[in-house]
Amino acid sequence: MLGLHLDEIEIGLAVELGAYEFTRDNVLAFARQFDPQPFHVDDEAAARGPFGKLAASGWHTAAGWMKCYVASNAAAEAALKARGKAPVPLGPSPGFTNLKWLKPVFPGDTVRYRSSVTGTRQLASRPGWGMVMSLNEGFNQHGELVFSFEGKVLTAMRR
Amino acid sequence: MDELLHYEDFSEGQEIALGPYAVSAEEIVAFANEFDPQRFHLDEAAGKASILGGLAASGWHSCAMLMRMMADAYLGHAAGLGSSGLDEVKWLKPVLAGETLAGKMIVLSKRVSAKRPEMGILKCRWELFNERGEKKLEQTGVNFIRVRTPC
Repeated sequence: MLGLHLDEIEIGLAVELGAYEFTRDNVLAFARQFDPQPFHVDDEAAARGPFGKLAASGWHTAAGWMKCYVASNAAAEAALKARGKAPVPLGPSPGFTNLKWLKPVFPGDTVRYRSSVTGTRQLASRPGWGMVMSLNEGFNQHGELVFSFEGKVLTAMRR
Repeated sequence: MDELLHYEDFSEGQEIALGPYAVSAEEIVAFANEFDPQRFHLDEAAGKASILGGLAASGWHSCAMLMRMMADAYLGHAAGLGSSGLDEVKWLKPVLAGETLAGKMIVLSKRVSAKRPEMGILKCRWELFNERGEKKLEQTGVNFIRVRTPC
């Protein structure tokens, strides 16, 4: 994870992952393909809906986190490579818990994402690997927490 | 019937069929390019060589596919009020190109919001399987649906 092995990751490590800009075009494109509820695809229906205006699909907010997370990992890998070091394999994730859509995200919003390590543990079932637990958050341009979830990802240990 | 589904139209234990949804390589690669550009989501050979065993959809993509199935099955014609989130999402097995997903939504419990009498809360579990019956994705969370006649 982020160019670090499991045994190099300390609880409390917090990483700014970058930001994703929600535009009218990308909000509508995502919602039309994956989440065509009226308040995500239709201005008039959205005006009468729960958010008062067109809002991004919650899954779009989540996908924006992944985009920033993958870009942060790629940058960390490139930095390791530049120093002549071997990449740290990023393993798959078995899933996540406590995903919260705390406030709607609207076209024109920019969400800045952050990941904080909350725990690590070695896996008896997979020697050389462990699990990193993290709290992941997204804040809009007003500094309001709009999105969070608790993630888990398999991470290699130092050989 | 043009009438939108409301809170009263759902009952505890009710099951609603989801899908089918054909997962194409093109869609997997397009989503991954936009949101999750890791090699095993972009390239068949890299996917086969990885622990995922083939060109595999981003886990977030499989959640988005489930969202689409929910919209087609009930939320697209319901008086929906969004969702506050999910208790848990399990990516049980990789979703691979060429598979067809289908499954069900199960209403675990229902109640009206104490603070907002116009809002019903459905606690649900959603499950998706491939055509061989292998469970791929399981979610537990809530849908908010408008109450037709608030007390």
